[in-house]
Amino acid sequence: MGANGHHESFPWKHIIGFLLSLVLTFAALWVALSSGLPLKAVIVIIVLFAIIQASLQLFMFMHVNESDSGKVQTFNMVYSFFIAVVVVAGSIWVMQFVL
Amino acid sequence: MGEAAHRYEETLPLEYRTQESRLNILGFWIFLGAEVALFATLFATYLVLFQRTGSGPTAGELFEVKDVLIETLLLLTSSFTCGLAIFEMRRGRMSGLIAWLLVTLLLGAGFITFEIREFIHYVHEGATMQTSAFLSSFFVLVGTHGAHVSVGIGWMILIIIQLLQRGLTAKTARKVFIVSLYWHFLDVVWIFIFTLVYLLGMVI
Repeated sequence: MGANGHHESFPWKHIIGFLLSLVLTFAALWVALSSGLPLKAVIVIIVLFAIIQASLQLFMFMHVNESDSGKVQTFNMVYSFFIAVVVVAGSIWVMQFVL
Repeated sequence: MGEAAHRYEETLPLEYRTQESRLNILGFWIFLGAEVALFATLFATYLVLFQRTGSGPTAGELFEVKDVLIETLLLLTSSFTCGLAIFEMRRGRMSGLIAWLLVTLLLGAGFITFEIREFIHYVHEGATMQTSAFLSSFFVLVGTHGAHVSVGIGWMILIIIQLLQRGLTAKTARKVFIVSLYWHFLDVVWIFIFTLVYLLGMVI
């Protein structure tokens, strides 16, 4: 149980999450616009940064894994992201033969 | 309820103390899962169509780094301040909670202002929803997110009014917590819009 009466006096988790999000945002911007890497590498890196930053939001800010139903909530979100990847990657893959 | 179960509930944060609240929060997570699926379909449409620009401008010609970065930083910071509001709520500090919620609202309103200005700017350049498949899917995806942020602003204002009227109770705490989940989720979606729409559009 992460959510109990005991509470920290300073929001370290939030501040670390916020600073890491800022670093990832600017890092993605630099990789995309100034790094000069090949296109495929750029896409892989910025998508990876986005997934890390989304996870930071879910765990550091939204406390997805706290409470008695933490496991169900986490599984629910992981499953919904799986659906998202199937829909997005599947559509791009199928439509490249059509368009 | 048994004595032990009751004593256990007393150790939980205010928003988790009744079974109804716990189920409301779990239910809201399931709703967010459905929202992920909704945005996935819009992202899929956009990513399939974004190079179909017809006679209109391309993503690279249209997007400007500075405007996108301002919107991103406003929404990211608002997600952070919303987290601080919940932190204050769990310390039982009503004034801190309201103050951070108000900061969150201001940042959210700033985000929407910049987004509307961006859309107006595009339309003035002749880039409307009807111009090309790229722009149709762009306005639907980013506009749906913007509509969600607008709803979130209205929702949060109502919650603040309830807090002022009824004080911090198990019920109002649960409502604040759920609107905070919604708000953080909007930033999660924006991270992917920033990456897959704006960054990708400026690279390709």
